[in-house]
Amino acid sequence: MNSDVITVARLSGDVTALWYEVAARVAAGHRFAGLFGTVRPEGLVFSAHLVGGDGVTVAEAVLPATATSYPALTPRLGAAFWYEREIADMFGVIPQGHPRPEPLLLPQPPEGALRPRPGETGGPAVIEPDPYALPLHVVGPGLFTIPHGPVRSGVLESIEYLVETPGEDIPHLNMRVFYKHRGLEKRFEEMTAADGVLLAERVEGTATVAHALAYCHALEQVCGIEVPWPAALVRVLHAELERLASHLDVAFRLADGAGLAVATARFASHKEHVMRLVSRACGNRFGRRVVVPGGVSRLPLASPADLLADIGRLDKAISSDVAALMGTASFLDRLRRTGVLSPERAREHGALGPIGKASGYSDDTRQHRPYDAYPSLGLREPAPRGAGDALDRLWVRWDEVAQSLHLLRQVADELADAPDGPVRAHCDPAAGRAVGWAEAPQGEVLYDLRLEGGRLARCRPRSASFHNLVLMHEMFHSDILTDFPFIEASLGLSVAGVSR
Amino acid sequence: MWALRGLRNGVVTTRWPSRPDPYTVAVAGPATVLDAHPAADGGALEALCPTGAITRAEDPAGNGAVRLDQGKCVLCGRCVAARPDVFGWSTGPAAAAVQRSGLVVPELPESPERLAELQDRLRTKTAALRRSVHLRHVDAGSDGSEEWEILALANPVYDLHRLGIFFTASPRHADILLATGAGARGMTEPLRRTYDAMPEPKIVIAVGTDAVSGGLAAPSYAVTGGIGDTVPVDVWLPGSPPTPFSILHALLLAIGRVPASSSELEYGKGGQR
Repeated sequence: MNSDVITVARLSGDVTALWYEVAARVAAGHRFAGLFGTVRPEGLVFSAHLVGGDGVTVAEAVLPATATSYPALTPRLGAAFWYEREIADMFGVIPQGHPRPEPLLLPQPPEGALRPRPGETGGPAVIEPDPYALPLHVVGPGLFTIPHGPVRSGVLESIEYLVETPGEDIPHLNMRVFYKHRGLEKRFEEMTAADGVLLAERVEGTATVAHALAYCHALEQVCGIEVPWPAALVRVLHAELERLASHLDVAFRLADGAGLAVATARFASHKEHVMRLVSRACGNRFGRRVVVPGGVSRLPLASPADLLADIGRLDKAISSDVAALMGTASFLDRLRRTGVLSPERAREHGALGPIGKASGYSDDTRQHRPYDAYPSLGLREPAPRGAGDALDRLWVRWDEVAQSLHLLRQVADELADAPDGPVRAHCDPAAGRAVGWAEAPQGEVLYDLRLEGGRLARCRPRSASFHNLVLMHEMFHSDILTDFPFIEASLGLSVAGVSR
Repeated sequence: MWALRGLRNGVVTTRWPSRPDPYTVAVAGPATVLDAHPAADGGALEALCPTGAITRAEDPAGNGAVRLDQGKCVLCGRCVAARPDVFGWSTGPAAAAVQRSGLVVPELPESPERLAELQDRLRTKTAALRRSVHLRHVDAGSDGSEEWEILALANPVYDLHRLGIFFTASPRHADILLATGAGARGMTEPLRRTYDAMPEPKIVIAVGTDAVSGGLAAPSYAVTGGIGDTVPVDVWLPGSPPTPFSILHALLLAIGRVPASSSELEYGKGGQR
């Protein structure tokens, strides 16, 4: 683990210098991984995450407290599109030149709006979002908008898709993600490091372990410690089980969309079995309270031999159904050439996880910036994919399922031989700043946190869901309304991780 | 081909609640109080809880009764780890209560008339539903895990349909509203409108600690701290997230079909395997 913070143009008020730095690094091969703001005594600090080599670089610049606007980064770097809209919501500064400077997480009437301003103590007690503050963009003969959400049919998270259509084609899609904004970044402030991990587990509940890991990795970097070997193994165990559950969830939703009743039932059962395996290992179905700063809370409740037997059974059951599913023509027809993301766009945006891999762009942190037990475990290189459609996204998930099962077997073997000893190193830093990461089922999760006086002064979770969901705008080429559920399910993203 | 595959593993479905199921007690529920009168410790017990669920009654000697509000418990286990003599995990699916104060352990000296009145009201509402019940779910700011657990009820292992309970797409058909999440302000209006769109009689279940009290997400500018201020709640179910069995129990509690003898609910305490 290795994260650097570099300061560009501090106190100069020249945000443009930072954008030059970001653009130059992206041109030199870095991946733009996010942008966020923090209120500090000197003004509003912009922090850009750039991933390259074996670590993450944070480039920063300060906008003076008196400034109400700044020249936007988005015209230069499209991947900043949602990040700058979020900054505008949180701090009330206007990105000049942004192609669509509308609210994203916090729609409010323009005059006199209150802002949460993360980084600053206190803040408004209540902010009521106003959906009418969002403009509608329906232009063209015969076009109309189908609002889909926030309460949709089925048990789904709240999000609204405004499908702009002349009837069947989808020339444009709008996403309204503010409905379930929970203001979690402000909640992190003033928390102790130990309480923070509990909240991190709940930022994106279906990626509990990955968020807890990324958070703890940042803390452990501040302390400069390595977790004990058995703890590193237990972390990988739960991270990979989480990936299995999540990918099986996507498979059963896709099968459900195609009306394959038996396949839906079987993949849902497999997912249930994975979650029961998680609960046998730790007493909780989502792997909560396993990851703690400095290690894990305890060794698995089940013996390594039992885990190994369970993993073998799962492997057999899943592989057989995967072969049947991927040989069902009526199912494949719905996914092939559906929701295509071009390799160029995936690379430009730095698409994460299975979405990036299916479009030929892969930056798996387990491989390139490995942590915990991953450096010592074989990951097995999967076949390259690159069609960028829903089918390849599912194939990537099956590749990852095979990788996970391979990793789980190694972990169970290693746990059987692991020496007795502590599973937790002391890690309770008083002050410092670091970036931590982990590979969630949805892709890379980044946590950038700063501690002061033993408490979190700022904690910024960046989920893969937030970074990736914006790409859904670009996935409707020749797709029609009935492809929509397949495209959405094939992304496998969590709205909780987007809206926070 | 798929049809044969469907028969491959025989019946995988649980028979709970008519028969016990070992998995009902395999996952811990909210924390509970084992010893309500430990020695005075100057407020250390209250400080254990990150959501302030633990309180201690006023007492000159400092050893007043310890109470834990399971409606605020996020199952972090910190109290159980620090003071196993005072706190433990609750087990079994029966985590839900028909009144908010019913989630406080040890039970508050509540007037039995009030509880009877609430149960009567619920019974009147559910009498008409008989054995066909339709559910509508609304997410009001969850972390996403509650949706997974509600959806799990439809898988062959829990198979909600065997109990005559179904999910419905339209609130117009819904008898029960399952609301999850800490009460995100953006969802206040959609949640209220969904409730208004349901026909009478209607029942609301707050699913999860976030829906009951806001959990770790509250207090915040962005959430109301549970859904209770937005819609009238009939059944309160803590858990972070609650297990599928405890959601099933809450549903049966709402429609008055929890087996009369509570021992039938728990594994190994009567009934056949």
